Amino acid sequence: MPIRIGIVVFPGSNCDRDIYHILKNIMRVDAEFIWHKRDDLNAYYDAMIIPGGFAYADRLRAGVIAAFSPVMQVVKRLARDGMPVLGICNGFQILVESGLLPGAFMRNDSLTFICRWTRLRLDVDGSRTPFTLLLDKGSIINIPVANQEGKYYVDEDTLREMERNEQIVFRYEDNPNGSLYDIGGVCNEEGNVLGMMPHPERACEIILAPQHMSNSILHGYGDGIMIFRSLISYLYAKGEHHEPYR
Amino acid sequence: MPKVSTMSLTDEEIRYLRDAIAREPNSVELSMVSAEWSEHCSYKSSKPYLKIFSTEGRYVLVGPGYDAGVLDIGDGMLLTVHIESHNHPSAVEPYGGAATGIGGVIRDILSMGSRPIALLNALRFGDIRHDNHARWLFKNVVRGIADYGNCIGVPTVAGEVEFDDSFTNYCLVDVACIGIARRDRLVMLKGDADDLIVVAGNRTGRDGIHGASFASRAFEGEEEDRSAVQIPDPFMGKLLIDATMECVEKGCVKAIKDLGGGGLACCLSETADRLGKGMLVMLDALHVRESMSAEEMMISESQERMLYIVEPSRLEEFKAIMDKYEIPYSVLGRLTDDGYLSIYHDGKQVARIKASIVANAPIARRNAVKPPYIEEIAANSRKPEMPEYEDVAEIILELLADPSIASKEWVYRQYDHEVGLRTVVKPGYADASVLRIGLRHDRDDEDADGKYRYIAVKVDGNSKHCYIDPYNGSMGCFSEACRNVACVGAEPIAMVDHLQFGSPEDEHVFWTFIESVRGLADYGRYMKIPCVGGKVSFYNETRQGAIKPTPLVCVVGLVGDGSMVMKGHAGDGDMLMIIGLTKDEMGGSEYYEYIHSTLSADVPKVDLEYDKHARDAVLALVRSGLLTSVHDCSKGGLAVAIAEMCIASGIGARVELSNVPHTCTRLDDLLFSESHSRFLVSLRRDYLDAVNRVLADYPVHKAVIGAFNSDSDSLLLEYKGSSISISMDSMLDAYSSIARLMGHGG
Repeated sequence: MPIRIGIVVFPGSNCDRDIYHILKNIMRVDAEFIWHKRDDLNAYYDAMIIPGGFAYADRLRAGVIAAFSPVMQVVKRLARDGMPVLGICNGFQILVESGLLPGAFMRNDSLTFICRWTRLRLDVDGSRTPFTLLLDKGSIINIPVANQEGKYYVDEDTLREMERNEQIVFRYEDNPNGSLYDIGGVCNEEGNVLGMMPHPERACEIILAPQHMSNSILHGYGDGIMIFRSLISYLYAKGEHHEPYR
Repeated sequence: MPKVSTMSLTDEEIRYLRDAIAREPNSVELSMVSAEWSEHCSYKSSKPYLKIFSTEGRYVLVGPGYDAGVLDIGDGMLLTVHIESHNHPSAVEPYGGAATGIGGVIRDILSMGSRPIALLNALRFGDIRHDNHARWLFKNVVRGIADYGNCIGVPTVAGEVEFDDSFTNYCLVDVACIGIARRDRLVMLKGDADDLIVVAGNRTGRDGIHGASFASRAFEGEEEDRSAVQIPDPFMGKLLIDATMECVEKGCVKAIKDLGGGGLACCLSETADRLGKGMLVMLDALHVRESMSAEEMMISESQERMLYIVEPSRLEEFKAIMDKYEIPYSVLGRLTDDGYLSIYHDGKQVARIKASIVANAPIARRNAVKPPYIEEIAANSRKPEMPEYEDVAEIILELLADPSIASKEWVYRQYDHEVGLRTVVKPGYADASVLRIGLRHDRDDEDADGKYRYIAVKVDGNSKHCYIDPYNGSMGCFSEACRNVACVGAEPIAMVDHLQFGSPEDEHVFWTFIESVRGLADYGRYMKIPCVGGKVSFYNETRQGAIKPTPLVCVVGLVGDGSMVMKGHAGDGDMLMIIGLTKDEMGGSEYYEYIHSTLSADVPKVDLEYDKHARDAVLALVRSGLLTSVHDCSKGGLAVAIAEMCIASGIGARVELSNVPHTCTRLDDLLFSESHSRFLVSLRRDYLDAVNRVLADYPVHKAVIGAFNSDSDSLLLEYKGSSISISMDSMLDAYSSIARLMGHGG
């Protein structure tokens, strides 16, 4: 059975087609768009990705309206059952608003939208989440951010608890927006739900990376590919899929 | 209810209209005609002159006259290009004005059935160093573009910003958009009698009433003009993109048209005229925000609305798509064979007039007289005092901090320039941006078999040059845009222009318009670069008078393949070479105007044959992979271009100025002249012979003038035994002046 990954699409999602391209044409797995009104999903998918964009134009607060959509109620259930769920940028905001991940987002310190490449450090063991499996703790990936409300915040107690639980997955080397504790990505306690502000899909193909923004060992790929490779490796390792990873 | 605007129609035009319809027009008809016959919609002053552009070429599928130009780049892939401005609205309400400008140009690209994939902008303001109002305009225009563009997921990939006192209390906001379509899905206007006319998108309200007329007179900055500015809704804009692309994919629409300037009046009359059809329109069916009169409905410019022509048998399919995205729509009526726009409201016929009459304004004959200021500048031109050599360092730093030259990072950091996974060369990395075309998404518009094309895009303008010498200045803008795309390895294949001037009724302004068109047309014809579209914007005037003539040129270039994209920086030990000849052409230079506040007549002139050789030479070098970086030499001249290369590469350099090929009599001319057709290139030492062999085929000047040195933390300029040194830190500091002026951000 081939691996099949669902891409949740809201009105205003922007990066859905980009994720689709990476999954389908680079990772060579099945990918399907899931319109936000669907609530009939089952274990048909192996993982879910909530892409970036401006779901409902970020009205009220980034991610808050999307969090109440029918599809998110299903995603919540699947996540509780252990399905890997990745939220990128706006997707991260939606996961936070859905209560799947702790924290909140505020306007960037600059008060403006920021689009730039950053250096992101894995702050936990790679095995902590399905999306980091192939990375070593402490490794640094070059990856761009593009957001306006990207400044992550949690209260101090929660932060300490998250640290204890190894939920602080990614931290910026060069914090672009004033995120608390340089946080760029966090996971839930179980580790199967990851939210990250930077866009791994924009850092998968070397031609799209600025010079000197990729580890040379990846031979033609950008650092972001490791997030998707990790997920696919994880899904194969679960044993339900037999196709060897390319 | 606002009074029917006939004031934008002249007595002569009203007579013409009366004769054409052989009766008195009623008030609805008058409103429609005055919207459509506004300069903004009708091009009544400029039309005859635009005919001199060469519009045909190897890649052109559709030239000017449609919502966007269309280029065929092979393998079934099409590019669409369009440019728009939103100057008046942005000058009153910069955030909304700029944002709705983006919305408008996006919908023009959608009108061809193509997917918008990249935005560019060209912005002009007064002096942001001293003028709070100019800073306010600048800040909010950028925010407006960012909020709209980022929200709809179309990357803003390139642009330019210029500051000049002639834009005080005003601004120019130009936005260009690139789209892609599959050749078999391009939507050209089609329609038969009984096909349905559907308007979808936002509800129609009273915003933007008389917007087209507002844009067709001088800007007075009145508070009440705010009602002529439309309200942006990027969310609806994004839904319209997705829904329209789905309609195109399913093939359930026969024609698409944006509702822009002039609202329904212009959209219906132009569509009907182009189709050679009539329209039966029931205004009561229109989804509105508030109760409105027929006139208001006809000329409202509420944003985010599109017109679709749908065959009755496909209506259900069309509705299903709109319902999926929860986009409101109304079936307004149907096409007829009689050629008349028959408009009904409240059970009564409120207008019945031939579409061809509404859509084709009588040409306005304008006088053109060379303005006396040009002679005055020539008569009074004198060179400023020659600076001491040691003072040159300070001048270079001042120029680097000149907002027209300084880094625009504060601007482009606020734009998502990467969404779509196409931006191969990003803003800040080269003179033009490069996009990858043809992702292998399996749906709609993109190439299915995975072949990629690479295109380069850049927009350029130079109001200082064009003010003093509109012919040569305009030609220079075209040349510069072509040089910029060549710097990343692209051959220019087409251009769209945007011609911005004061009132065409002013014979002096109109002369500069004609000269400018001539300059652009002559360059395009010689270089065989067709014009595939464009806009004309007149009445860019404030109480202090007309803006400087500001033609903009947006050039699209094609790169051979991905490996030929020039993407790089100078490295340690690389040689610095100049290609081209530096001449004593100081008129309109930043050095004269920004440093010395001096107007001078000798604006740089393009030698067409030489320009082509220089650009071809650089393209040949880029394509042979012999260079580590390339930079066009323009604003601020040679000295600034060298400093910019050091800044971009993060590396110092040592340069011997006497090696530069030139015909200048003074050192400051050599350093700061903005002569065209010059490139700076960096190359590895061991490639020098190979580079010289390639260049031997081109009759252009060339010389190695220095080398980059990572041990040095400064730029060393030597001239006949004297030497000045400028530290990297001071250059970086000067170059980031805009971020400092505008406050922290990005």
